[in-house]
Amino acid sequence: MTAETESIDELKARYAALKETGQKEGEFEAKLAAAPTAPDTIPEDKILKQDVVPGGWYWTTNIKRGQTLRIVNTEATPGIALQVWNRHDPSERLNTADTIKVQWTARIGKGRVLLSDMGRAMMAITEDTCGYHDCVAGHSTAITNEKNYGPSTLRNSPMPVRNSRDNFQIAAAKLGLSKRDVHQSFCAFAPVITGEEGKLHWQDDALQPGAFIDLRSEMDLTICLSNCPHPMAPGGSYEPQPVAVILWDAGPVAADDLCRNGTAEAIRAYENTDPLFD
Amino acid sequence: MTTLSNLKPEDASKSFPVAANSPFSTIVKKGQTIRIVDSFGQQAVDTLFYNAEDTDERYSAHDTVAAQGAAYITTGSEILSNEGRVMLTVTADTVGYHDTSAGACSVESNTVRFGHHTRFMHACRENFVLEGGKYGMDKRDIVPNINFFMNVPIEPDGNLAIVDGLSEPGNYVELKAEMDVICLISNCPQVNNPCNGFNPTPVEILIWD
Repeated sequence: MTAETESIDELKARYAALKETGQKEGEFEAKLAAAPTAPDTIPEDKILKQDVVPGGWYWTTNIKRGQTLRIVNTEATPGIALQVWNRHDPSERLNTADTIKVQWTARIGKGRVLLSDMGRAMMAITEDTCGYHDCVAGHSTAITNEKNYGPSTLRNSPMPVRNSRDNFQIAAAKLGLSKRDVHQSFCAFAPVITGEEGKLHWQDDALQPGAFIDLRSEMDLTICLSNCPHPMAPGGSYEPQPVAVILWDAGPVAADDLCRNGTAEAIRAYENTDPLFD
Repeated sequence: MTTLSNLKPEDASKSFPVAANSPFSTIVKKGQTIRIVDSFGQQAVDTLFYNAEDTDERYSAHDTVAAQGAAYITTGSEILSNEGRVMLTVTADTVGYHDTSAGACSVESNTVRFGHHTRFMHACRENFVLEGGKYGMDKRDIVPNINFFMNVPIEPDGNLAIVDGLSEPGNYVELKAEMDVICLISNCPQVNNPCNGFNPTPVEILIWD
């Protein structure tokens, strides 16, 4: 029987089963607890490239499938926004809405994947010592900076207070892209929590100096990272701190890799991704 | 928050039926009000807005959510663009709660969510690409949207799921335009989750000057 001919009752039952599996308490957490951990210090001979991104600035790199990007939040800066494009066809890009909807959770951390608008896994979160990253409230703009820090912006101040949206537009232009290609960010190290009635708050104690996240590329990618505070980070003074970025070779992917096998949805996302590289 | 409108349907300057599963678009001029009516209840209406003068400026779910500090759209919500500017304001809403975090369905994401057997079923992003093409836009312009009448609670632990819609037949949401906008709609064809009560139905659009 094809999906087109299923009755409403059959469709309802199938959705209920998918939801129950997708949100079964403790199941994903158990796999997470059993997964191997990445080294705190990456061996020198595994490092392909490293850099430091000053507070307020952006950083762009190409990443080949299989390589891992580590972002080290050395001084607990509040939010590092990430744009992700398929290097060979940048019309394919990160889709934060699909990422949270498909995985049944807005809490995207270790073991989860970042999905493209084409139903493919772009990056896998293979390690995460923070656990708080935002997919619903985005990156800063000149207007959010003005609201949070007062009226000096990249556009009109001799002392630039840079914002992620403008950073991404500039970075996109240098890649032959435009502001139409700037999409909703995955914002690492941004503890935005959804409470009662959908009210959002920033969880103050969630950021610790030295926390890091490892993102393994599942496609050949171009990424841009913007080191500007998340728009919901506590305001007052604009003091983004430098972050370390390390591109490294984490070795072959294990057959029981958590990100590839953690959920039925992830398995299907990789079934869409892998044929690009057959 | 649910709020009623004082506007009377007989005073509307335009009205458009939108068939089940179908795309639709219209221009809403600054100062005009657009009402989307969920005629039969529990029907997700996937909606995007673009500055009619410059479609590079378009609806931004993230900017909208961050500015109001809340995940859902309802009366009083300012609909913001990727430039952080107010495009429209929600002036009435008889449901009280609309999603803008879960985006539109696509044939590709359907395969991941529901299984590869759903690959050849119609989806919102097909509608959006076709309708956006009338204005010179393409897939790069199709960004995460508002899902009017779609119920997607996000729990404090992050759990998120599309659950049964709250809207009754005839419920509506109304927005006043603060700039000239293109309104792009996909009357959602999804039958693999409860966003349309597993049975997509027509909706109606009204515009007042």
